[in-house]
Amino acid sequence: MSEASETLEQVFREEYGRIIATLIRLSGSFDLAEESLQEAFASAAANWESGGAPRNPGAWLTTVAHRKLLDAVRREKTKTEKQIELTYEAERLRTYDEPAPPDEAMEYPDDRLRLIFTCCHPSLSLEARVALTLRTLGGLTTSEIARAFLTPEPTLAQRLVRARNKIRIAKIPYEVPSLNLMSDRLAAVQAVIYLIFNEGYSATAGDSLVRRDLCAEAIRLARVLCELSPGEPENPGLLALMLLQDSRREARMNENGEFVTLEEQDRSRWDRREIEEGLRLVETALRQRSVRNYQLQAAIAAVHAEAKTAEETDWRQIVALYKELMRINSSAIVALNHAAAVAMSEGFEKGLILVEEAGASGRLDHYYLFHAARADLLRRLHRSQEAATAYTRAISLTTNHVEQQYLRKRLNEVAE
Amino acid sequence: MKYMLLIYDKEQDWAKLSEAEQRQVYGEYMKFTEGIIASGNYLAGAQLHPIATASSVRVRDGKELVTDGPFAETHEQLGGYYLIEARSLDEATSIAARIPSSRFGTVEVRPVVERQAEATA
Repeated sequence: MSEASETLEQVFREEYGRIIATLIRLSGSFDLAEESLQEAFASAAANWESGGAPRNPGAWLTTVAHRKLLDAVRREKTKTEKQIELTYEAERLRTYDEPAPPDEAMEYPDDRLRLIFTCCHPSLSLEARVALTLRTLGGLTTSEIARAFLTPEPTLAQRLVRARNKIRIAKIPYEVPSLNLMSDRLAAVQAVIYLIFNEGYSATAGDSLVRRDLCAEAIRLARVLCELSPGEPENPGLLALMLLQDSRREARMNENGEFVTLEEQDRSRWDRREIEEGLRLVETALRQRSVRNYQLQAAIAAVHAEAKTAEETDWRQIVALYKELMRINSSAIVALNHAAAVAMSEGFEKGLILVEEAGASGRLDHYYLFHAARADLLRRLHRSQEAATAYTRAISLTTNHVEQQYLRKRLNEVAE
Repeated sequence: MKYMLLIYDKEQDWAKLSEAEQRQVYGEYMKFTEGIIASGNYLAGAQLHPIATASSVRVRDGKELVTDGPFAETHEQLGGYYLIEARSLDEATSIAARIPSSRFGTVEVRPVVERQAEATA
């Protein structure tokens, strides 16, 4: 890869969301903005190859994309003299007749924040929010997103078209939500980012490089969110949670591609840099004294990160944090995790009772981790036959090859 | 930007309310309507009679077919509507959330086609 195209690729990833957010504000149209930015990247590819990359590639691209946008807007206006398709942007286009040359003042730091809220609007389906966020803010291509989510590319492209049409026709606003909507909307954005991360983190099938990209992208988006909305402690909470989970990425699989439990992981392979940043963020977030979901999950991950060996893990602290989490989140899955922590701090018997209580509602019947957790405790209690039944049930409920392999290994152990 | 707010709720539940309770909901509706008239969002609105009074019309092969009942038998029934003017979907949904029936039924928010071209877009 030449130096110019390397610069271009880097700029593409880093600047895409920022530039497109400004273009969308100026034109009011996702389609025009995207088209113009694509053209700008194409012309950068052509120009930089021969003349070398400019000193400030981001500014270069903004200026060129802006010019392309003006052309596109003019074209669109001529085309729409008779047939007007741009109802959504009509208002903005009127004030855009005599555009000033692009300069620093054209760019508002809020643009990206607005765009995040539009892409994660609750009126869009969750799949559409994820796709739109990755495409628009992350600059991932349709084919990259399709590969990451194992979705046929035409389906994904169609999903994006529908989402953009809905934004335009139903007039989903391109603005930072009003104060009374803010906390719900911010939670929706955080959920989309965490979903992107989990999609990349869970070791299901698919292109592993793309999956790693998803995690990196989610972490990058969370950083943007922290930067743009610093008063909300759940933002650093979410970022910390993802960093701390991501720090264990290398240790989660052994050289044979087999899944390694937290207990058995080689902790020297944990990413210290991510851990340190994560720990710092958790501390800062908790100091704001508005402790909620992501901060608590991050705090739990932090306790694991601080333990030099599995034996040194402060399980009592983890149990206390899960108790706090259960107070604000009554899901059976949280109760299950609490039970697993109790098993480690107060004994397997007690843990098993709580695991079974968590599953009593029947809501976890089809959740493979419930059966895997039960099986694990039964195994530790030497109740082999029951453990084998539970492992078998867990295996039948996961489609993930790596997890199946791990559970089979355990099943063989108890069956011996 | 115009939006249609379609109010769906269960007719049987409404029938089960006492007269005093019904009066209270009507009072809330009046206050809500006055509120959106004062704020300039109101364009039109009406309550509909129950689906027992509904007729459906289809013309097939030039022949007019009139049948008893609503277009679709659903869990919740269309009981009324408001046509409003709002700046964005967020404004429209926040108005919808103030409709008394949103607490026990569902309000569907639909953007209204305002230009010929948009229908084909």
